[in-house]
Amino acid sequence: MREAMDPWTFIAASYAIGVGATVAMIGWSLLSMRRAEKRRDDARKR
Amino acid sequence: MHGFANPARFLRIARWLMPLCMGAGIVVAFGALGWGLLAAPAERLQGETVRIVYLHVPAAWLGMAGWMGIAVASFTELVWRHPLAGIAARACAVPGAVFTAVCLITGSLWGRPAWGTWWVWDGRLTSMLVLLFLYFGWMALSQASEASDGGQSKAPAIFGLVGAVNIPIIHYSVTWWNSLHQPPSITMGKSAMSGAFLWPLLFAMLGFTLIFGGVVLARMRAILANQQAEARLRRKALAAGDL
Repeated sequence: MREAMDPWTFIAASYAIGVGATVAMIGWSLLSMRRAEKRRDDARKR
Repeated sequence: MHGFANPARFLRIARWLMPLCMGAGIVVAFGALGWGLLAAPAERLQGETVRIVYLHVPAAWLGMAGWMGIAVASFTELVWRHPLAGIAARACAVPGAVFTAVCLITGSLWGRPAWGTWWVWDGRLTSMLVLLFLYFGWMALSQASEASDGGQSKAPAIFGLVGAVNIPIIHYSVTWWNSLHQPPSITMGKSAMSGAFLWPLLFAMLGFTLIFGGVVLARMRAILANQQAEARLRRKALAAGDL
């Protein structure tokens, strides 16, 4: 017999992982872009 | 298309297109997730767990779209030698791998209450896992190529094209083999889903696709800027007689 499972635990975990990964990826891509463009601008000024 | 291969023209377009894609994508995707989580109804057979579909399906689509992006960019790089094609392929790899991983994890979290198991080695799940390993392999090969010959090697482009064989396998796996995974609910021009589930799903797919586009443009800007900085520093070192 299968135990009853609370679906909201699985839904909450899915949303936490999906949204967390998306936000982290957006943050990382913007940060690495800003760092790279600053590095290029600094190289131009030198 | 050849016109956009010019890095200066690409940068002019990417400067306004990237924040537009990212901003619109965040609003549409998170709005659709809120709709799916709070306003969409539960499904008759699957109950509340159907809400995972609003994350799982866009992630699956973008995992496959990421590799198709790599394959198209690889083909363009090999045939027309576009200067931006290799950069576009590199920019697709990380978001593609992230969405493939999200698809596998959310699928597993859906499978436990729906099928009673976290994982089965069937065609759909296994081919999706193979896609994640293809991403890891492609990223390792691309980094090795960048480190050894400044990205001149054709190996990542050939790998990108060969790996695209896995995409139709993923797509047709549920019709070719017996699977716990359901067959496709949305096909060209028709849907087996009711509008109450379909609309938030379509908006979630649109929103996450815009986010994916924004991330790819941001990655391309970062890779281009790093290449330009390195080229400038190398020229200066040459002029100073250090190299």
